Amino acid sequence: MSTVSAPGKLELAELGPVRTQEHEPERATLRRLLRLRWGVGAGVVLLVIVACSALATWIAPHDPLAVDIRHRLSPPAWMDGGTRDHLLGTDPVGRDLLARMIYGGRVSLVVGVVAVLMSATIGVLLGLAAGYFGGNVDWLIMTGINVMLTFPFVLLALAVIAVLGPSLGNMIIVLGVAGWPIYARVVRAETLTIREREFVLAGRALGMSHARLVFRQILPNLVSVIVVIATLQVAQVIILESFLSFLGLGIQPPTPAWGNMLGEGRLYMLNSWWIATFPGLAIFVTTLVINLMGNALRDWLDPHSKL
Amino acid sequence: MRRYIARQLVQLVVVVLGISLLAFAILHVLGDPVLLLLPQNAGKEEFARYHRLLGLDRPLYVQYWKFLSSAVVGDFGKSWYADTPAFKLVLERMPPTIYLTFSGLFVALLIALPLGTLAALRRHSWVDSLCTAVAVAGQAMPLFWLGIMLIIVFAVRLKALPASGYGTWQHFLMPAFCLGAALAPITMRLVRSGVIEVMSMEFIKTARAKGVAEPMVVVKHALRNACIPVITVLGLQFGQLLGGAVITETVFAWPGVATLTVESIRNQDFPVVQCAVILLALIIVSVNLVVDVLVGLIDPRIRAA
Repeated sequence: MSTVSAPGKLELAELGPVRTQEHEPERATLRRLLRLRWGVGAGVVLLVIVACSALATWIAPHDPLAVDIRHRLSPPAWMDGGTRDHLLGTDPVGRDLLARMIYGGRVSLVVGVVAVLMSATIGVLLGLAAGYFGGNVDWLIMTGINVMLTFPFVLLALAVIAVLGPSLGNMIIVLGVAGWPIYARVVRAETLTIREREFVLAGRALGMSHARLVFRQILPNLVSVIVVIATLQVAQVIILESFLSFLGLGIQPPTPAWGNMLGEGRLYMLNSWWIATFPGLAIFVTTLVINLMGNALRDWLDPHSKL
Repeated sequence: MRRYIARQLVQLVVVVLGISLLAFAILHVLGDPVLLLLPQNAGKEEFARYHRLLGLDRPLYVQYWKFLSSAVVGDFGKSWYADTPAFKLVLERMPPTIYLTFSGLFVALLIALPLGTLAALRRHSWVDSLCTAVAVAGQAMPLFWLGIMLIIVFAVRLKALPASGYGTWQHFLMPAFCLGAALAPITMRLVRSGVIEVMSMEFIKTARAKGVAEPMVVVKHALRNACIPVITVLGLQFGQLLGGAVITETVFAWPGVATLTVESIRNQDFPVVQCAVILLALIIVSVNLVVDVLVGLIDPRIRAA
């Protein structure tokens, strides 16, 4: 189990009098490797999910909007009364649950990725500005961060959707615009330390412009941190998106989305548990694998960081 | 200490102002209230008349000042739907939300304190792995789905607990667990890392050398000190906790502020939405302040920083 870094650390530990410390580094690398394995496994599962929703037109067993009146509220295939035609059962108007779930993944993934790209862009720019320029700019942006972080994200999204009206575009905008503080806070803190490093000072002494210093000298050092936060945020955005759709404030029926399927299923949970269970399971598994991947990515990119 | 509190108070005022600005901007800049008040086929003169009536033809900063100065004395306007002051409507729904939040916090601590401590004391054991697994799963769990699953199992199948509503202690069990489960993972991690850090300190060795029994060492010496970061982060997480309460309330039809807010959004009743949003933010900010001051009192090292 020895890696390149392990021998050096062991030598250091042998110098010390504490015997129990000896196994610590090897243990740590073992754990790291395990987490990476988990991360790779999670990545494979995520790839399958992405492929399923991308190829939904070919994979889905039915049209997600096709109504099958004879098989309304039919349970999953393995239960009494289930048909092999509908593997995970059907909803109140007889639409195939599996097909709707495969199509529903599209919404969640697209919203998650687009919203995260938006908020990462805004957050990174503001964080760079706050960290690099300092002073009043910093104060203003930090106050903005504090305001946004104090406020429950859910409430903000609800209030904005209430005014703008529910639609896919509005939801992406809300989730995208409201998510920036996390990036801004981390990028600002990192920029503050990098700004004082020799290579930036050297660049400044050479007469580089602010833009060049920020984007060519500082930003490249932050990429790994940003990628890790963005990955973990995709999971959060997916949960939030499905909650909004669950309340009827996000994706509007009949377009299938995991959130609105879950909301619909809630009305029928007394007799037909499967309608609410499977879409929720899809959200859970997707966010789980994204989180696992994000954690592994963090270990891989920077084993010392304590994000 | 006084300067510390003063600095925190200034911060509080700035944040509250920012939130009020946000709430105002959402309604007045993004949308036009008159558009929602009048029927779609209303004429141009009608729109202009309403604009003048509501003072919407004046500059935005004048409108904001008017909104702010009446909001300070608790006047958020009348609900467009129920013909009662929005403030009263929101205030009436506040207690259930607060009870739910605190019972959620209680459940989270009930789960996190023993598990986190155990994981810290038996590092790399199966308990530790179990805790990590629970934490990872818990962070990925959509709260509203967990709520529905709980209802399906305990209310529909086992018929052991009421599916929704408010009143008896049985009504509290599922929502409190749901909210607590959302907060438990992060709390557990904090307790774990806190206890690990404290256990290697000198005063733990001293306590052991004195002959203090091991359970006492853990509970009285280690856990107490590990609590400081836990309190700080829980205070900072209070906003997220209330956000979780919003989600929990809608699933369990809990008659709190969140259900009111969602109802009001459906009815496009903006004075109520605005009032609820600002009052909740105020609570969050005050809790943050109290926690900051408390932590400063408990641990003088933090005050200096």
